Amino acid sequence: MSDINTQRRQFLKTSAGAAAVAIAPGMLLYQVAHGNTQAASSKVRWGMLIDTTQCKEGCNDCVGACNKENGLSGGTKATDPQWIRKIELKDIGSGRVTSLPMMCQHCEHPPCVDVCPTQASFKRADGIVLVDRHRCIGCRYCMMACPYKARSFVHEPLENQNPDVPRGKGTVEACSLCVHRIDKGQIPACAEACENKAILFGDLNDANSEIHKKVRSVASVQIRADLQLNTGVRYQGL
Amino acid sequence: MADLSALRSMNRLFYVLLALGGLVALGGAYAVFMMEHHGHVISGMNNQIVWGMPHVFAIFLIVAASGVLNVASIGSVFGKAIYKARAPLASLLSIAMLSGGLAVLMLDLGRPDRIIVAATNYNLTSVFAWNVVLYSGMFSLVIVYLWTMMERRMNIFNKAAGLAVFAWRFILTTGTGLIFAFLTARQAYGSALLPPMFIVLSFAWGLAVFHVVQAVIYAWNEKTLDPAILHRKKNLLGVFVIGSLYMVAAYHLTNLYFAHQTAFENFILRDGGMFPNLFWWGYIVIGNLIPLLLIYAPGLGKNKSVMAASLLVVLGAFALLYVFIIGGQAFPLSIFPGYEVSSSFADGQIASYQPSLYEFLLGFGGLAIAFIITTVSVRVLNFMPQDKPYISD
Repeated sequence: MSDINTQRRQFLKTSAGAAAVAIAPGMLLYQVAHGNTQAASSKVRWGMLIDTTQCKEGCNDCVGACNKENGLSGGTKATDPQWIRKIELKDIGSGRVTSLPMMCQHCEHPPCVDVCPTQASFKRADGIVLVDRHRCIGCRYCMMACPYKARSFVHEPLENQNPDVPRGKGTVEACSLCVHRIDKGQIPACAEACENKAILFGDLNDANSEIHKKVRSVASVQIRADLQLNTGVRYQGL
Repeated sequence: MADLSALRSMNRLFYVLLALGGLVALGGAYAVFMMEHHGHVISGMNNQIVWGMPHVFAIFLIVAASGVLNVASIGSVFGKAIYKARAPLASLLSIAMLSGGLAVLMLDLGRPDRIIVAATNYNLTSVFAWNVVLYSGMFSLVIVYLWTMMERRMNIFNKAAGLAVFAWRFILTTGTGLIFAFLTARQAYGSALLPPMFIVLSFAWGLAVFHVVQAVIYAWNEKTLDPAILHRKKNLLGVFVIGSLYMVAAYHLTNLYFAHQTAFENFILRDGGMFPNLFWWGYIVIGNLIPLLLIYAPGLGKNKSVMAASLLVVLGAFALLYVFIIGGQAFPLSIFPGYEVSSSFADGQIASYQPSLYEFLLGFGGLAIAFIITTVSVRVLNFMPQDKPYISD
């Protein structure tokens, strides 16, 4: 074998090794960042059943957990985003008092998705309604269209963001049902934080799931059911 | 040698006007820069009042931009000579106001730098997305229409272009009304009456702006408007004002009739603090009744009173839009009918809103853009209405 050939082999070997060393960490990071590469399935419909009889007046555990999980400040100024809020209700006729958490209802026919000019508001195959923060131009039409005031606009520059939940000044955001947790097989932070287990999370389509069985057996309502949006979040005891 | 001093002083005045317009536009640019840098927190807008003062200015300009073309349509489509002579000026004003209005609307976005996304990711179900097409289409159509009027060889296409503009602006204002008409969940909006209401309002507002600009141009050229023409045009303004008053009344009366809307109407018309004041005094009295008096009262209806009436109609337009846009959002959204509600997110409460200086700067910036476009165009091209010595129709 000629001298030149050996040199060439040596060169190719070294180059391949160097390339592998250079690419490997990137591949690893890509794997870490993307984790579950499986696409969302339309067979699944993620939803929640909220038992208002178990929701304590004045308790804000779900709100605190949401703020922590998604890197929200927890401020309640008119310009502060609130992805989930506690609403105290008093029946005008009977005076009966109810307390419940309110957030994006993850509608099957979401008005925010209809009105968004850039398709930044979208519904994932598994029913989760999200905002693509790279596409949102900040027109706030979705906030006008949402019947639940579920959406907030980021009015100020942001600091200390949670890497799993990127947010951006000048764009609109809302409850994502903790999609980053769901994709890792976990349940939303609010459901996990509720001591009274008032928030039941699961797949509404799965006949074996607890939420499916419960929705079949107890009376539950959708908020503003008259709008026929078929919400993914249902309330019991209203 | 001829005395050129008068000409020179006019020249100077033109540049002073241009500088003033530029200064106001610069103020708008400053507001945009500040809002981009600090976020919308420096505006008065918040998570309850998501559309504020900039939208009042923008929607006025866009609606008036469509309505001012009425003057052109009556000329080109219905063949009335005195209107035909004014079609170029009307078209110019339309382009100018559309530019100003769209600039305000775009620069108020949270991310105006991404405006191109509106073209690359088009959502067919979004009325905002439709409007992107409607506005740009209107812009191009009116330019073509102007071309067919100002270039003699293109005159043969004038009628066709006029018809196209006529149809397009109806669809355009329908689109503007639909932005609100499609908001089913909000008590103030979600009514099929809104598109036609906006169309009739556009007639009045557009014609009012036209009258003001026309009066200024005549004064600039040291000409006086033929009283017969003024008489016809002021009567038209009167009819449009009455028409828009009727539409606004029908909108509120239908709301009053629905029990679930009564609380909202009480708020807007009676209990809502500044909103009823702005509605009754700002819109009804200043924007309608006084202008009608100035137009129709015996002995009035001359140049000055028509000018005053037109300015008041414009003021009334701003009052109505403020009540409609801000008041409509200030009234709490009915999420739980039959319940008293309270929360940290202003549920069940009247939302508060204090427009900030930046919002006004941005809004006036839009007016300034329209002003600059009009002033420069009127100076370099011939937009002065050329009436024939004898009015045949």
